[in-house]
Amino acid sequence: MSINLHDVEHVAKLARLLLTDEEKDRYTDQLNAILKYADKLNELNTDDVQPTTHVLPIRNVMREDEVRPSLDRERVMKNAPEEEDGQFRVPAVLE
Amino acid sequence: MTPLDYTLAELKQQLSARTLSATELTEAVFARIAATDGTVQAFLTLNEEQARAEARRYDDKYVQGEGIGALAGIPAGIKDNIITEGLRTTCASRFLDNFVPVHDAFVSRKLKEAGVITAGKLNMDEFAMGGSNENSAYQVTRNPWDVERVPGGSSGGSAAAVAAGQVPFSLGSDTGGSIRQPASYCGIVGLKPTYGLVSRFGLVAFASSLDQIGPLTRTVEDSALVLQAIAGHDAMDSTSANVDIPDYTAALQGDVRGLRIGVPKEYMGEGVDPKVKQAVLDALKTFESLGATWEEVSLPHTEYAVAAYYLLASSEASSNLSRFDGVRYGVRAENPDNLIDLYFKSRSEGFGSEVKRRIMLGTYALSSGYYDAYYLKAQKVRTLIKQDFDQAFQKYDLLIGPTAPTTAFKIGEQINNPLQMYMNDILTIPVSLAGVPAISVPCGMADGLPVGLQIIGKPFDESAVLRAAHLFEQATEHHKLRPQL
Repeated sequence: MSINLHDVEHVAKLARLLLTDEEKDRYTDQLNAILKYADKLNELNTDDVQPTTHVLPIRNVMREDEVRPSLDRERVMKNAPEEEDGQFRVPAVLE
Repeated sequence: MTPLDYTLAELKQQLSARTLSATELTEAVFARIAATDGTVQAFLTLNEEQARAEARRYDDKYVQGEGIGALAGIPAGIKDNIITEGLRTTCASRFLDNFVPVHDAFVSRKLKEAGVITAGKLNMDEFAMGGSNENSAYQVTRNPWDVERVPGGSSGGSAAAVAAGQVPFSLGSDTGGSIRQPASYCGIVGLKPTYGLVSRFGLVAFASSLDQIGPLTRTVEDSALVLQAIAGHDAMDSTSANVDIPDYTAALQGDVRGLRIGVPKEYMGEGVDPKVKQAVLDALKTFESLGATWEEVSLPHTEYAVAAYYLLASSEASSNLSRFDGVRYGVRAENPDNLIDLYFKSRSEGFGSEVKRRIMLGTYALSSGYYDAYYLKAQKVRTLIKQDFDQAFQKYDLLIGPTAPTTAFKIGEQINNPLQMYMNDILTIPVSLAGVPAISVPCGMADGLPVGLQIIGKPFDESAVLRAAHLFEQATEHHKLRPQL
């Protein structure tokens, strides 16, 4: 499989990245080289192989649903680029 | 001799005997950093004022003979993707240029409990993506053995700082080789523990199924001391393993008589520098003289590891890095048209080229129509790679080979060819995919540059890995070599 300029533009949009024309060309070339290399995996028949998501024999770790202390609001807001009344301020979403 | 010539174990003794104070040691660390970091460029942020205050506090405690931590009064450097309360943490990214964490990572807290003083935060490839430190948004750390060369990466600052004698030890993180490969290039000891042994809580996530924190030190005994301080179960990390933590220093005792070592033939083949290969063969002779036996073994899926890794790690990264949106922390772009535009602009201005490339690759591999062909396929190949290790460990106690196919390369040499850069990790990536522990220890020099020996163990058998590495170190002189700066 290969990736073209149109694919790169689509993926950049999904990933919320603005790319310059130069970046689009460069990533098209570089991603194609990497994906061509990744085609190597198709040499292997994996029809009967289970996927590994991570190596530990751990599944859904649960705890009791009890209220516990968390970071207080003042500390949470310390790194906020813009704040208003103890909340993160963003550009208007609704007109 | 200065305090910085001593190992952690020796420093511990001297501080306890009060022949050295935490203040003297801390001053020596900052004097050494001031003298060498203009060249090495390992540190992104220094913690001088706080460190001096803590040193005084530990000196008082030593005088009073109070019960204090195992590493009380010893300064260390921490990789800049491990959060430290009140101390700037950037991941070497412009995106987090102004980020000051409001709590500690599990390991930062554990080090504090052990009495470790944080000297500062160490350079890395941005968000740990890279093997040379050239992807840092701030500076290129230099290899103390040859300042024209890279220190390796992504924990390049962590390795260079220890090799340059700036700090007695540091913490790094390893996703596909990011502790072991720079340890190899810089001639020090780097341990990647079993996945799950050390909590990832507060480690800024790159690839969550692979990331592991570990120590970079001058000796194997020091590695055991630091691992002791940071290992253990943590309810805040759902992939933290609930296993008994042995006494790693006690585990260094004993011998390797009768130990069965497998040497993966794929790790000694094409692409491996003949001088690197020779240093490994010499190391195997040392193990023979210590009473171990070795023979060749095959890990047949090794050649597929890099492809599987880049698809998996990039996919996980594209998901993990979606949290950097310019809303809650980090650098927000100026004058966005609307909320979506704020995401686009903040991310595009904040991320560097390699990070964008991996987000693009990961987003593509996870996107509709390509998920099965790339992401799921890579997960299945990961199973085959893990099975290679499971099978080899039925017959052998340890696997040994080189850490990296070559010694440190020149700055700028590989930066324009991502695929070539990825190949430097060809011998560390399979180990990460299998989630097993491995250490890199110095095993010789090639053309004036250090060569690393990789010793790989069974899951949660850090004891066997450390013991073999310690006995090898005691039987050789490689770890005593120091770069001239």
